[in-house]
Amino acid sequence: MAGDLLRFTTAGSVDDGKSTLIGRLLLDSKAILEDQMAAIERASRSRGDPYLDLALVTDGLRAEREQGITIDVAYRYFATPRRKFIIADTPGHIQYTRNMVTGASTADLAVILIDARNGVVTQSKRHGFIASLLGIPHIVVAVNKMDLVDYRQEVFEAIAAEYRAFASKLNVPDLTFIPISALRGDNVVTPSPAMPWYDGPTLLHYLEHVHVGAGRNLVDFRFPVQMAIRSHPDFRGYAGQIASGTIMPGEEVLILPSGQMSRVREIVVYGGTLAEAAAGDSVILRLADELDVSRGDMIVRRHNLPLVADRLECTLCWMSEEPLRLGAPYIVQHTTRQVIGQISTLNYRIDVDTLHREPAATLQLNEIGRVLLETARPLCCDPYAVNRATGGFILIDPSTNNTVAAGMIRRAAQNGIVAFQPPRPHSSDVAWEEATISRAAREARNGHAAAVLWLTGLSGSGKSTIARLLERRLFTQGVQTFRLDGDNVRHGLNGDLGFSPADRQENIRRVAEVAKLAFEHGAVVLCTFISPFRRDRDFARSLIPAGRFFEIYVKCDVATCEARDPKGLYARARRGEIPEFTGVSSPYEEPTAPELIADTETRSAEEIVEEILALLRARGILRG
Amino acid sequence: MSDYTRTHLQQLEAEAIYVLREVAAQFERPVLLFSGGKDSILLVHLSRRAFWPARIPFPLLHIDTGHNFPETLAFRDRLVAQMGVQLLVRYVQDSIDRGRVVEERGPTASRNALQTVTLLDALVELRADAAIGGARRDEEKARAKERFFSHRDRFGQWDPKNQRPELWNLYNGRKAPGEHFRVFPLSNWTELDIWQYVQEQGIELPSLYFAHRRDVFSRDGTLLAVSPYLPLLPGEKVENKLVRFRTIGDMTCTGAVESTATTVAEVIAELAAARTTERGTRADDRRSETAMEDRKRQGYF
Repeated sequence: MAGDLLRFTTAGSVDDGKSTLIGRLLLDSKAILEDQMAAIERASRSRGDPYLDLALVTDGLRAEREQGITIDVAYRYFATPRRKFIIADTPGHIQYTRNMVTGASTADLAVILIDARNGVVTQSKRHGFIASLLGIPHIVVAVNKMDLVDYRQEVFEAIAAEYRAFASKLNVPDLTFIPISALRGDNVVTPSPAMPWYDGPTLLHYLEHVHVGAGRNLVDFRFPVQMAIRSHPDFRGYAGQIASGTIMPGEEVLILPSGQMSRVREIVVYGGTLAEAAAGDSVILRLADELDVSRGDMIVRRHNLPLVADRLECTLCWMSEEPLRLGAPYIVQHTTRQVIGQISTLNYRIDVDTLHREPAATLQLNEIGRVLLETARPLCCDPYAVNRATGGFILIDPSTNNTVAAGMIRRAAQNGIVAFQPPRPHSSDVAWEEATISRAAREARNGHAAAVLWLTGLSGSGKSTIARLLERRLFTQGVQTFRLDGDNVRHGLNGDLGFSPADRQENIRRVAEVAKLAFEHGAVVLCTFISPFRRDRDFARSLIPAGRFFEIYVKCDVATCEARDPKGLYARARRGEIPEFTGVSSPYEEPTAPELIADTETRSAEEIVEEILALLRARGILRG
Repeated sequence: MSDYTRTHLQQLEAEAIYVLREVAAQFERPVLLFSGGKDSILLVHLSRRAFWPARIPFPLLHIDTGHNFPETLAFRDRLVAQMGVQLLVRYVQDSIDRGRVVEERGPTASRNALQTVTLLDALVELRADAAIGGARRDEEKARAKERFFSHRDRFGQWDPKNQRPELWNLYNGRKAPGEHFRVFPLSNWTELDIWQYVQEQGIELPSLYFAHRRDVFSRDGTLLAVSPYLPLLPGEKVENKLVRFRTIGDMTCTGAVESTATTVAEVIAELAAARTTERGTRADDRRSETAMEDRKRQGYF
């Protein structure tokens, strides 16, 4: 069968008859088989429905059947001799925007249902807006339940006129209206004898014949590298799926973001090579030169370049119960690349029903806004309107690993374009730079020894308060200090880490290494980290010479910490908003042999600072 | 001017290869769950295509119930040799011997459900962070909402209410230690697509998929093969019929259909006219309306 493939999405509120329409398409194209039909009949009967409930076809999970609603995107399949179809069936109700955006992201066409009795309602507009936002090239408005308005032409015409006026404000390249009755089958698969005034195609006929290439960019060659493939004797190639454009052997290409140049030597597929490959093909490119190319790089034509930018204006659809945190680190997954980024500005929120722009402090679940995205390393991308494959990205919350947002790039922001960077040496080739000035020399000049003071304890136990006070005292005595604070490093150095045990371990590993660097430069390093796990603290200790590491247990009962709760974190943890919160939902392992126990329930911060200073003098770190 | 249109099979193949490469790139220790059925055989062929001329970079993992059709094992061993891929086998019998699971009793006993424990134990043992499976969304209603990258918690469980949204072709494989992913490269294929691809690419399948004479008996409307694992109930009688299997799993729950289709083309013609779905021959799905969903939650394939 030489038929091609159409992916479409269906949108409608619960009473528009969307499920019935899909059931009708599947039934009339014989995609529903006898045993499924029997199951539907059984279920219809057990619910006491007098008629065959076609909606049950699309009703998947138990939770949905129990509540009588659908809660997620479901995919359905049917085929006619002309074409295979994949339906992304997106339900109404809660989480509507999130679901429709998900379903629309891979669709070439959207079917929007409107109940002929109700006409154009707010939701119908919302569906059109989201479809245009996601760059779906074809929209079909199916005006359903025509049987309930006596198949009157003027009802259909009025709805079509109203919707057309609305859609003129959107970017919709192709808009079609079809009057149907899903329940009775009018104009779904077979033309309706009840609507002789309509001479357009039936819905299925339209779906079978619509041109599907419209969403496919065949101009701009973009090849995100998935992985390098090596095989002996000396085969080396780069595997990926061509995101857009076409390519032939011999063409000059550029590797981004490094800016290296080469030529395509061959295009390899299983068992042979190709004379040309195009958007959508999964291939392996071999280059004429031996270059350092790896996952996340993008191969493009020399004279057709994407944006290489680290500041981008985007439209963002928020998909998580946890609202957007401006300035917080998120992982940006774009083509085959993951980089750290943040949303630094929220310009405005878009009311999906009225299309009005409104000021907002954050984005909540199902909200859409215009934002500025900044990334730690540049993205090789195109505006979404030009290239869906290289213009979309997702945001991942590093603390939960959940996908929290879908983004569509509009353009590079001011000063956002990055010049190509020359290739950087691979980190494994970096030689350790011997300090030419020894620690002993620095200590001699400083007049004190270097040391690492590691303050561990629950959130709210008083670590930072003690460290701030202590640092001021040391500073006034002319001591070289260096302070590492748990909250601060998570904004930058460790912005990609969450609070799972593995991430906590990595967090401590990194700061311990930084502490060691500062120590080697002669500083008294003050570290304030909850560092709940003994193993991690022991690791930090292992990096520092004996007698120079001071584990200070800032001790305080969890109830007292919770009563203090200076950052409101305990309250949030109790509400379940912060998973794996030490003392609430994650353990704290008390130090077994700390150099000092600082009990903040019985003593003041000032007293404790005095005690630490005395300890440092006694151990020869500070001069007596 | 070149022709850039692609058939639906070419598009499905390119998508599956993309997903398989994402698995190899995003995970450290993936395994391919091999059942001996046509979908997992196809996955092996697609993996070969995804990484050629390099070798398939992950092992096959077969959870053996001990109740296999002998043809399945012979075919498996030949395929493994042909592809030069590593095969790991873990046995439900070992889980029973170790007391991890208790064997079902009675005439309808099946080891199908027990497989889940053996599978999850094997994933822990191998420290597998991704398990590639051949499941398709068209097979069963609980699968219609499955993701390509399906997140499983520390206990291997699937929570249908807490799945990550999956947009474009951006698959988020990030996870906490101990968690893993099930990955389904064939999500968008239908049974007919599988057979058309088998025909187009000349892929060899086990003889069980084609019409042959076999001793069978009917139970609850399903034709089951006579085997030592499945004692007959009073009143059930053995007949010798011309049958083939549409799915291949454990002998105790895989039903046959009467068929005369001896070639791939005849199977396709038969499917085009078929009036029951593929899993309609699976006794395990019929235990209740939500049998598949319940098993998936527990970590089934």
